[in-house]
Amino acid sequence: MSALNITKGSSSHSAYDLRDPYAEVIESHTLAVLVDNESGVLARVIGLFSGRGYNIDSLTVAEVDHTGHRSRITIVTRGTPQVIEQIKAQLGRLVPVHAVNDLTVEGPAVQRELALLKVAGKGDARIEALRLAEIFRANVVDSTLESFVFEMTGTPEKIDAFAELMRPLGLREVARTGVAALSRGA
Amino acid sequence: MTQANASAMTGAKMIVKALKDQGVEVVFGYPGGAVLPIYDELFLQNDIRHILVRHEQGAVHMAEGYARSTGKPGVVLVTSGPGATNAVTGLTDALLDSIPLVVLSGQVPTFMIGTDGFQEADTVGITRPCTKMNWLVKDTAKLAETIHTAFHVATSGRPGPVLVDIPKDVQFAQAEYVAREKIKTSHYQPRVKGDIEAITKLVELLEKAERPVFYTGGGVINSGTAASQLLRELVDATGFPITSTLMGLGAYPASGRNWLGMLGMHGLYEANLAMHGCDLMINIGARFDDRITGRVADFSPHSVKAHIDIDPSSINKVIRVDLPIVGDVGHVLEDMLRIWKSRGRKVNKEGLAKWWAQITEWKAVDCLDYKNSEKTIKPQYALQRLEALTKGMDRYITTEVGQHQMWAAQFLGFDAPNRWMTSGGLGTMGYGLPASIGVQVAHPEALVINVAGEASWLMNMQEMGTAMQFRAPVKQFILNNERLGMVRQWQELLHGERYSHSWSESLPDFVKLAEAFGCKGIKCSDPKDLDDAIMEMIRYDGPVIFDCLVEKHENCFPMIPSGKPHNEMLLGEAETQGVIKAGGAVLV
Repeated sequence: MSALNITKGSSSHSAYDLRDPYAEVIESHTLAVLVDNESGVLARVIGLFSGRGYNIDSLTVAEVDHTGHRSRITIVTRGTPQVIEQIKAQLGRLVPVHAVNDLTVEGPAVQRELALLKVAGKGDARIEALRLAEIFRANVVDSTLESFVFEMTGTPEKIDAFAELMRPLGLREVARTGVAALSRGA
Repeated sequence: MTQANASAMTGAKMIVKALKDQGVEVVFGYPGGAVLPIYDELFLQNDIRHILVRHEQGAVHMAEGYARSTGKPGVVLVTSGPGATNAVTGLTDALLDSIPLVVLSGQVPTFMIGTDGFQEADTVGITRPCTKMNWLVKDTAKLAETIHTAFHVATSGRPGPVLVDIPKDVQFAQAEYVAREKIKTSHYQPRVKGDIEAITKLVELLEKAERPVFYTGGGVINSGTAASQLLRELVDATGFPITSTLMGLGAYPASGRNWLGMLGMHGLYEANLAMHGCDLMINIGARFDDRITGRVADFSPHSVKAHIDIDPSSINKVIRVDLPIVGDVGHVLEDMLRIWKSRGRKVNKEGLAKWWAQITEWKAVDCLDYKNSEKTIKPQYALQRLEALTKGMDRYITTEVGQHQMWAAQFLGFDAPNRWMTSGGLGTMGYGLPASIGVQVAHPEALVINVAGEASWLMNMQEMGTAMQFRAPVKQFILNNERLGMVRQWQELLHGERYSHSWSESLPDFVKLAEAFGCKGIKCSDPKDLDDAIMEMIRYDGPVIFDCLVEKHENCFPMIPSGKPHNEMLLGEAETQGVIKAGGAVLV
């Protein structure tokens, strides 16, 4: 691509620059996709994103209905409004997809992510880490004389903020689940 | 494995039974280790005809030709590994042109999957992005239901190719057969009825429009012959001009009063200028492909755009439309006509008269005009003669991909749908010959002609063996310029006339090649002999390879250069110097 000097915004699969005329704000959307839990369904969804040049910021998947074998895929993606609409339409036409809900536009929604953070340190840094963990309501799930593993849930932004604070205090590793989300109300 | 009981049968038997249940008459395929049980079952019955191809890509294109000329799904049977990978180009072609296909592939037995077994390939993985849906069936008890579902998915909504991958042990194991009517209803039920409020809104726009144009596509043909009938009624009753994409030719007759000809990169001047200048564009079953729009930012700048499509993802994908209507073309047209009639069949007569006067001026440019020659056959002339000599016959045309394809679209007229088979979206060289065989198998008595270029034709020429074996009297009308004509044209216009590898030396002697296959070869290089030679081809009872030696450096016009809007068309050689700027050169 670089050899051809295609400008930013060009899609990789088409020679024509489809994005540019509508290059507006890039929005972040959380999509809940209800699918048949069958072999290959996740590959189908991920392949759609990579094949058409869409972004995945986070993706979680698990079977939520064990009798009906339905899984819920929660995807956080970014794009212009036109791209977001295209993503939803493309997801919607996949045969194993039952429903696509855009939690960002369909009323308020709760978003939560779980993270495990390993922080190693001694002395003041260790005390400071524990104090900040209390403020962020992170739980200690493993502890040695030289390390903690904190568990916390919250919005991705809250986890980002906590991880940022832990960095100078000896942050070693982070494991995050990605976002799970539900709309508020009945 | 299910216990054998009275009504249980092997997976292989089940497959053949399911195909019969689905009304399948023909299967295009090639045997191999992983599908031998199915071939054994085919051997033991006489209801389904099997056409043995020479290469699996040929099988898929044949099934495409069969499907597009009949409106029924095409069925393909291939073995595991290379059998399946050879089918990939055909699957992608069918996906882009929305052709319903059911491809059955063999797979190594379930207990060997993942061991890199002989002729093992991750077929569902490889074909996932080039099918509408695919399945790996690991349990014989689910086999019949999966095949029935496969037919449902291939033919519902926007049609497309599907693939069912069947491990060999699943073909041998026994289970209960599930009949077509007995399977549980699929949740996949695309909406066919359009929103009545939106349709009414469109009728209101129809009534007022001063410069309307219908822009129709393959969706009209996929919707069925009834949709084409409704389109004709609507177009004739409103008196609006109509243009079509490559894929939609024949939905409205080329001999019809309101026909503007094809639009797009090599479309007609009047069609493209009508698109550019219209105030109401009614897109019916087309998808604003980049061959159609040219520079998106300048596409039809002053029009209100309505878009009827069964696939919601087609809406606003490339061009923002003002009035989207998601639904089947036939259903929407029916409602549209009914509502328009009930409101008193109004149109803006004054505006339309002016619009037609303008269109008549554009038509007078005579954009397809070319300089004929008495010495060499011009490709346009060859097609004009082919058209004149076959007009009125029960004729089907397929094409390969390139200049000849565009000339065929410009110079051949189609008065009925399902008569024109071409690779539009993917642009697959090597499509036309196998597709012509598929069409001929479906219509044994018809005249089936593949308009080809010699380079494309060579890509799947092995299928002449299939044509001979199954007595498919397909006519291969090869416009031979000894060049990769479209590549050469672009190199002339864009790359300083540096003809990098667009010239094939050592072409075969096509007449001898025909003889080698046991069919008839005809060579023609003099315009004076052309009519007789074409008649000889038509009259010959069997396959013909017609080597029509044409002008080597003819370019295809009109042409909208890459990155240009509709109103900046090139009409002939004189206008071609330095027209494509660096920005346009990046585009294909």
